[in-house]
Amino acid sequence: MFYALSRLSPYILLYRSRLTLGLGCLVVTTAISLISPWILKFVIDDLADVGTIVTTGDLMFYALLLVGIALVGGCSRFFQRRIIIGVSRDIEYNLRNDFFSHLQHLHKGYFQVHRTGDLMSRATNDLSAVRMMVGPAIMYSASTGLIFIVATLLMLSIDVRLTLITMMPLLLVSLSVRYFGVAIYKRSEQIQSKLASMSVVVQEALAGIRVVRAYRREDFELKRFENVNREYVACNRQLIRLQGYFVPSLSFFLGLSALLVLWLGSQQVILGHITVGEFVAFNAYLVMLSWPMIAFGWVTNMLQRGMASWQRMLEVLDSEPLVTNLSKRRDLGQPKDVRGGIEFRNLTFSYNGECVLDGISASIEPGQTLALVGATGSGKSTLLSLLPRLHEPPPGTVFVDGVDVRDIPLDVLRGAIGYVPQEPFLFSDTLSDNVAFGVTHQRTGEASKNDQVQRAAAIVQLDKEFSEFPQGYDTFIGERGIRLSGGQKQRTALARALMVDPRILILDDALSAVDTHTEEAILVSLRGILKERTAIIVAHRISTVRDADLILVLDQGKIVERGTHEDLLACNGRYANMYRKQLLEVELQGL
Amino acid sequence: MSNHDEEVLGKAYDARLMRRLLGYLRPHKASVIGALVGIIGHSILQLVQPYLTKLAIDRHITTGDMTGLEEIALLFFGVLVGSFLLEYAQMYTMQMTGQRIMFDLRMQIYRHFQRLDLRFHDRNPVGRMMTRVTTDVEALNDLFSSGVISIFGDVFTLVGVMVVMLLMDWRLALVAFAVLPMIAIVTHWFRRHARESYRRTRTLIARINAFLQENITGMSTVQLFGQETEQLNRFDGINKRHRGATVESIFYYGVFYPAIEIIGALATALIIWNGGAWTLERTLTLGTLVAFLQYSQRFFRPISDLSEKFNLLQSAMASSERIFALLETPVGIESPVSFVSRSRETPRSITFDHVWFAYNDEDYVVRDLSFDVTSGESVGIVGATGAGKSTLINLLMRFYDVNRGRILIDGVDIRCIDLVELRGLFSCVLQDIYLFSGTIEENVRLGKESILDEDIKRSIVAVHADRFIDRLPNGLKEEVFERGENLSVGQKQLLSFARALAFSPRVLILDEATSSVDTETELLIRDALRVLMAGHTTIAIAHRLSTVQDVDKLLVLHKGELREVGSHQELLRRRGIYYKLYQLQQKGKGEIPFPRMEDSELNLRPREA
Repeated sequence: MFYALSRLSPYILLYRSRLTLGLGCLVVTTAISLISPWILKFVIDDLADVGTIVTTGDLMFYALLLVGIALVGGCSRFFQRRIIIGVSRDIEYNLRNDFFSHLQHLHKGYFQVHRTGDLMSRATNDLSAVRMMVGPAIMYSASTGLIFIVATLLMLSIDVRLTLITMMPLLLVSLSVRYFGVAIYKRSEQIQSKLASMSVVVQEALAGIRVVRAYRREDFELKRFENVNREYVACNRQLIRLQGYFVPSLSFFLGLSALLVLWLGSQQVILGHITVGEFVAFNAYLVMLSWPMIAFGWVTNMLQRGMASWQRMLEVLDSEPLVTNLSKRRDLGQPKDVRGGIEFRNLTFSYNGECVLDGISASIEPGQTLALVGATGSGKSTLLSLLPRLHEPPPGTVFVDGVDVRDIPLDVLRGAIGYVPQEPFLFSDTLSDNVAFGVTHQRTGEASKNDQVQRAAAIVQLDKEFSEFPQGYDTFIGERGIRLSGGQKQRTALARALMVDPRILILDDALSAVDTHTEEAILVSLRGILKERTAIIVAHRISTVRDADLILVLDQGKIVERGTHEDLLACNGRYANMYRKQLLEVELQGL
Repeated sequence: MSNHDEEVLGKAYDARLMRRLLGYLRPHKASVIGALVGIIGHSILQLVQPYLTKLAIDRHITTGDMTGLEEIALLFFGVLVGSFLLEYAQMYTMQMTGQRIMFDLRMQIYRHFQRLDLRFHDRNPVGRMMTRVTTDVEALNDLFSSGVISIFGDVFTLVGVMVVMLLMDWRLALVAFAVLPMIAIVTHWFRRHARESYRRTRTLIARINAFLQENITGMSTVQLFGQETEQLNRFDGINKRHRGATVESIFYYGVFYPAIEIIGALATALIIWNGGAWTLERTLTLGTLVAFLQYSQRFFRPISDLSEKFNLLQSAMASSERIFALLETPVGIESPVSFVSRSRETPRSITFDHVWFAYNDEDYVVRDLSFDVTSGESVGIVGATGAGKSTLINLLMRFYDVNRGRILIDGVDIRCIDLVELRGLFSCVLQDIYLFSGTIEENVRLGKESILDEDIKRSIVAVHADRFIDRLPNGLKEEVFERGENLSVGQKQLLSFARALAFSPRVLILDEATSSVDTETELLIRDALRVLMAGHTTIAIAHRLSTVQDVDKLLVLHKGELREVGSHQELLRRRGIYYKLYQLQQKGKGEIPFPRMEDSELNLRPREA
């Protein structure tokens, strides 16, 4: 709790002068709102007391005074809200940026463990609960506290006994807000979880719709849904009961106070202990008090929820980035300085307690091509992901130009690598922005950017298709590139990697969804580019890898065969077998 | 799940939608009327308190007469108890009615889901459909339980206050009403701008969420291309705009509430100025003046409440539009109105008669396919991936309807057979083995109560599923995790065989899973298949040729067309497609030597073609 607060306070302290000003306005607002019943007291007393001579001029003075202070109060209320709530929006803004920027420094494994939906809910729902805590909750607790104290004092100055008696029902209001607040919150949580289980039933029945239809399970599913639906309604009924008691009971207790004032207060007036004006003012103060009484319970809930949410956000904000920039190396200052020699030295890598790579050793010279072949789950993609440190390799196992990748500055290392994953991630942006994703536009200028994009698109055989899109290169490709075919997505990702002019090109089965004819054309145009670059290629089609300088066949994390295409055919093992099968498949396609 | 299209706010009021929504109230007429009575009674009682104050001042305080004050207090107490009861009854009745309507609506939507054909389900992601049943219905619920009815309450309170004021003193009432146009103008101004800025913040928050979602999922890409700073800057840009929009909305709220308070002060001032003067002239009692001061403050709540309801109405309208659009989606495949009734015995023949089928437009995956299966026969369907094999099952089960041609059972077009009856003829083992949450036993039974426990046990033993089930701590009662994640692929396969057998099929349809399993399980599966197929008319779609070698007839599909028919030996002798497929599968195991390696390498250089 203390720790959480200490993590939050820097954000609040950042705006301390504005917050002070806002709280100042709040004091003015509250003071003014407490004055008007007192003016009312004077008016009524003047009117009731036959002895004093009241003129219409006096009345007008009172009327103008009321409007005048209301104007002043209105202004200060405006600034109070504008400043305090404004600060809470600023803090929200800062927190949101910090949250996002922290996520950017977390490694790939973190996002595999923490689901997107969970992180999203922390960045949205929890953040807004935290904002409610630092903004409205602070404002309301300050103003209600102030009103409570001052109004009580004023009431006490009118009549001590009456104040004490009429305050009793008000305490009940506060207690019931507190009690019902907790109970209602609990019920709401229950309802949420019932709603979630209803979603699960729907999800299951729809995802398994074929089985449902094939085995005529529709009625059963209907009954199942009806049951959760019924349970949900039953759960809601309990909440409705609670709310049904809660809201009217507030009016009841507040009304009870008013009753006591009316009854006992009238007696006091008749007995001459207080004036009619004081009686009216007392009534008005009582009405003013009802809000703090309600707000008290409400604000405590808000604070509690805000704290819980803040703690959930801290879980993310406090998670250590595993892949950090440890490098002290200054000689590798720029991606251009990387020559591209790669070595894996007795690399063993475990993930979630499972050994994924076991004793991998291999090396290639700058400019050479390394190919990886093997079944799904043999560890190819993991091996590739270690090179740009998406996963952190153990020290002394992965080297670029003879330097441990952990010692190369991250931006240099990643800047030297063009990585094309099997399922590329595209952004809901234009084609051209997606291709130019890795290039900072300011430096290159718009015209040369377009030029480069077109050149990259030509290499991956996309130039013709792109120009046929409605807005050409400026076409929006939709969420995750939904408007592109699988092959187009892969080729866009390849173009994106080529755009950054990488020293090392990594293709993780990057053309699997591209038809053979286009793939052939792409490989031909890539040949020139690859001549001066190091490449690591994972592929299922032998034709893609046969020209590599070194081919590794992986099986369950181990290298089982290594050599050139000819070497491997000669040893007549898995690779050769795979090759023969593919020849047959091609033959079959031709039929 | 994308939320983009869900964020768009439609117009607040649509007569056609509203009429349809109110239609749902009709079955609950009594409750609705009850709630209305409650709300009106409650509104009336709300008016009593200031009047009692007036009585206390005029009859007792100014006269100094204390007798009778107790009666006023007692009356007040009675009013408090009465409004407590009325408010409780009204809230409970109305909200429960809302719940009942939502219950019916959810059932209606869900039932519609169960009837909609698979084309619909292919197109609409599960996530979006879940939103219809949950979130959208909830938004409607707000409308019923707190929206529609309480609008009456607000209007009634407003009118009631005005009537009482007019009755007490019409002159002062008119003075007090002078502020009403101001309230109306300010509220209207606020509502228009607040709605606009609400819409803007909603759009921006949706963009923030979309950006976050995209960047979290694509974080590796961002990191690989070193675009962290650029993306952070872009995020900061949207974030800033969102902050700007919220600050703007603070402005509107910041103006609105003080403005209402100033108008309130103005009303008080007017009443004091005029009413005070009349009091001095003795044409107005002090009590009435005080009561008026209290009444005039009661204008404000219903008016600002009404503008709040407006937002509710808006999101409810958007939800109802989506829900009704869904309910109006026509059901593509239904049981025929008058169907040919057939006895539930094993069909004597299943005929595909020149069947054409495409999932999209003219993109045919099945072309002019004709074949027969007769009673007791086992037929294997083989072909490379994408040859259209699994589609045959979809057509036979009427998950989709054929584009051209017919499928006949005993000479009757399946489109003329009752759907339940048609699907009841078959037991299907589908390629994608889907398990439901629940126990192993429930996953075999699939909700069909008429299956006896012995039948389930017998089926399980017959397909060797008992070997792994017996090893589970709770046996048949073992819980299956979501999508069967605690079972291996092979185990799930055996379970799906048991499922098919327990339904005592007339025709067995097998669409074998492609996933590889270990050798031991493979042998179990092969033996289980033999058990399954014995004595049943069987249509088996095989990816492993080994499983269909023993069938009576093999159909070889290639690119949607039937290319070869015959037994295993016949087809091998023909040295056509089947022969190639067979070689392809055997090569991996090295069981038969590859015949003319050199030749094929010479003739079939893959890429240079």
